[in-house]
Amino acid sequence: MKLSKLKLMVAGATLSIAASSSFAAECIAPANPGGGWDFTCRQIGKIMHDIGAVADPIQVTNMAGAGGGLAYAHIVNERDDDGDVIVAASTATATRLAQNAYSGMTSDQVRFLGAIGADPGVIVVAKDSPYQTLNELLDDVIANPGKHAFAGGSAAGGYDHLKVLMALKRKGFTDIRKVKYIAVDGDADAITQTVGGFTSAMTGDISGVVSFIKNGDVRVLASFTDERIEIPGLNAEIPTAKEQGIDVVAVNWRGLYTPKGASDASYKKWSDALAQVAASKEWADAMEANGLVKFTKVGPDFQNYLNGVMQEVQDMSKELGVLK
Amino acid sequence: MDLFANLALGFDVALTPFTLALAVAGCIIGTMVGSLPGLGPSNGVAILIPLTFSFGLDATEALVLMTSVYYGAMYGGRISSILLNIPGDEPAMMTCLDGYPMAKKGRAGDALVLSGVASFVGALLATIGLMLLSPLLARVAYLFGPAEYFALYMLAFATLGGIGSNNQAKAALAVCIGLGIATIGVDSTTGMTRFTGDNMHLFDGIDFLVAIVGLFAVSEVLVFIESHGKDSAIGVKLNKISIPWGDIMRTKWTMLKATAIGFIAGLLPGAGASLGSFLAYMQEKSSVRDNSEFGKGDPRGIAAPEAGNNAAAGGALVPMLTLGVPGSGTTAVLLALLMTLNITPGPTLFNDRPEVVWGLIASLLIANVVLLILNVPMVKMFSKVLQVPPAILLPGVTLVSFVGIFSLTGSYFDLLLMIGFGVLGYALRKMDIPSVPVILGILLGGHMEVNLRRAMVLSDGDWSYLFQSNISIGLWVVAILGFVAPFFLRSKLKVPTQST
Repeated sequence: MKLSKLKLMVAGATLSIAASSSFAAECIAPANPGGGWDFTCRQIGKIMHDIGAVADPIQVTNMAGAGGGLAYAHIVNERDDDGDVIVAASTATATRLAQNAYSGMTSDQVRFLGAIGADPGVIVVAKDSPYQTLNELLDDVIANPGKHAFAGGSAAGGYDHLKVLMALKRKGFTDIRKVKYIAVDGDADAITQTVGGFTSAMTGDISGVVSFIKNGDVRVLASFTDERIEIPGLNAEIPTAKEQGIDVVAVNWRGLYTPKGASDASYKKWSDALAQVAASKEWADAMEANGLVKFTKVGPDFQNYLNGVMQEVQDMSKELGVLK
Repeated sequence: MDLFANLALGFDVALTPFTLALAVAGCIIGTMVGSLPGLGPSNGVAILIPLTFSFGLDATEALVLMTSVYYGAMYGGRISSILLNIPGDEPAMMTCLDGYPMAKKGRAGDALVLSGVASFVGALLATIGLMLLSPLLARVAYLFGPAEYFALYMLAFATLGGIGSNNQAKAALAVCIGLGIATIGVDSTTGMTRFTGDNMHLFDGIDFLVAIVGLFAVSEVLVFIESHGKDSAIGVKLNKISIPWGDIMRTKWTMLKATAIGFIAGLLPGAGASLGSFLAYMQEKSSVRDNSEFGKGDPRGIAAPEAGNNAAAGGALVPMLTLGVPGSGTTAVLLALLMTLNITPGPTLFNDRPEVVWGLIASLLIANVVLLILNVPMVKMFSKVLQVPPAILLPGVTLVSFVGIFSLTGSYFDLLLMIGFGVLGYALRKMDIPSVPVILGILLGGHMEVNLRRAMVLSDGDWSYLFQSNISIGLWVVAILGFVAPFFLRSKLKVPTQST
């Protein structure tokens, strides 16, 4: 009988080793399995190997905690010269860095490789909502800020919240602290609160709402992109905020960073591999299946983009009072 | 209705030799994972996700494996609750209250079989509910806003009474400790950190698995060491294993009631299986005439939470599949799995991917039957664990707990935290303060607070917002009745309450 107890333990131990052992090259997803960062590591890692951009399979490690902060600290403090590790990142990484939410660590403590896909930001209302355009909704928010609330998947001061505020600022509204926002558990939850009539609108990413659009439960008032996005299997055109006169482009990009102290050769190796993935058909398919749109910025180009976004986030956060 | 055609499609997908083998393997792995303290259903599923990729399983096969593990873990959680008084996962916590005392009376086998049958009833009926009513039930989630959720959690805490202890004040104190611990971490309403000491490990709050393993397993070891190994609580005698038909028949209504409660709790995103088993237990305890045996090994106290938590597991799949909103930690992981398989759950999933949905439902039915069959012989195997001397068993369980927790988070900090909770659990035991309410506070406190805060944001701080919808008024009435009624009923029924 002791034997079967032993088997149990061995099974447990094997499972845990299988989940955390590391191979030659490693991609750290700073979150639990599933979700955006895990997807980034698994898909990009797999395609890199499938198309021959790297020689060996890339092992995915999940290191959840502090909204990516634990993985960031792990890279900065313990792996700074490791050329065999890449880490999944997204808009949330940049937002948190800009808001000083990683215990004072800054964005120049790692090297960003780039982004190769993006989930466009959207504003969504229930199908029976009186608002047909983004301007109608925002005008009424400006007239009666107390009457409206937005639901979104990120914490207060997070990017879902800031997108709404950016749009309102473009319309000349400056009293942004009056705008009500509730943070719920993800895009789908934000939609149920909006369809249930508890909030006026939902702010999130397009990938989380496609199924609800197809079902006819919700209406998308605007996407925060340069051009209209096309969703496979959906006829309805989604207008951009830009064409409605509100110049906000806000997407949730998917990308990677590497340790700062790693050699230039390894940085170049990874950015080349990333660029190859971006150009591959496999990645195009994966993006389409997951509601992502093309958004390729690699190297210095990406760094410039990132600096701009982080500056805006920082300014807004100070106004909002979430950053001192 | 083309229900049978759909179901036939489902079985067509799920009943190949390979998927059947996967279901059996998943059930066994799940039962093991569930029975190990520190590894719950969500972790079992999460750890296995990478394996489905390396095995190259397709969507249906991966789902069959994962749901078998999920249901298996829900079954397995009860095993260590009953045998060791250490819950295998958080929904199995309520099963400790009567399961362990029953085992201590020498009826460990009966308790295991009874809880296995209760799990089967709960899971089976919930799966049928999922099958028949999903599109309809999905709408339930639309009815619950912050105010309604807050009232629901108030209801849960109002009926708490003297759970796990005969002293209501101590139970209340324990809840407050739990609620306090639940406030640690980043506050989602303001984005500010609270009580973290700027330690990033605490930003996401305290994982309740860490708390459970610390409070139950580690503190057990401490007590054991203190008594020089003489005073182990784990001195359970083993009787001959037979099927306790009498107990099963006597608890059939208990199981049905608990299934209904658990299923509804599962439907509500965020509430999940723990709330299901908790409400099922409390409802049973407060509705029966003579509840003096509760907490001492009452069969109804085993049947109710087990039927409740397994029904909730099925119920939680409804919002996950139809809205993409996970109703529990495990369904959150399953949702993630679906997304990585390029399946996006939502209102159109039933039309877009019928083979996935009905394959899933068929595999749930298969897993359930497999689990019932497996569980009778497995009961013998598991209950023999009790013959291992505590001096070997306890350190072994603790070892596995440490490995389990570390494999999830990869953080030494969580191990230290777990030991800290062990010391807290030891202190609580010495003061005769029950641990179960502490865990409930940690588990439900975060949800309760967040919903109150959301309600306050929406209403500009107007408290009357909490009592505006019919649903919230109804929940408040039940909560107040549940809180007040015992005081009156007790004197009428002359049930002894302060016996210790």
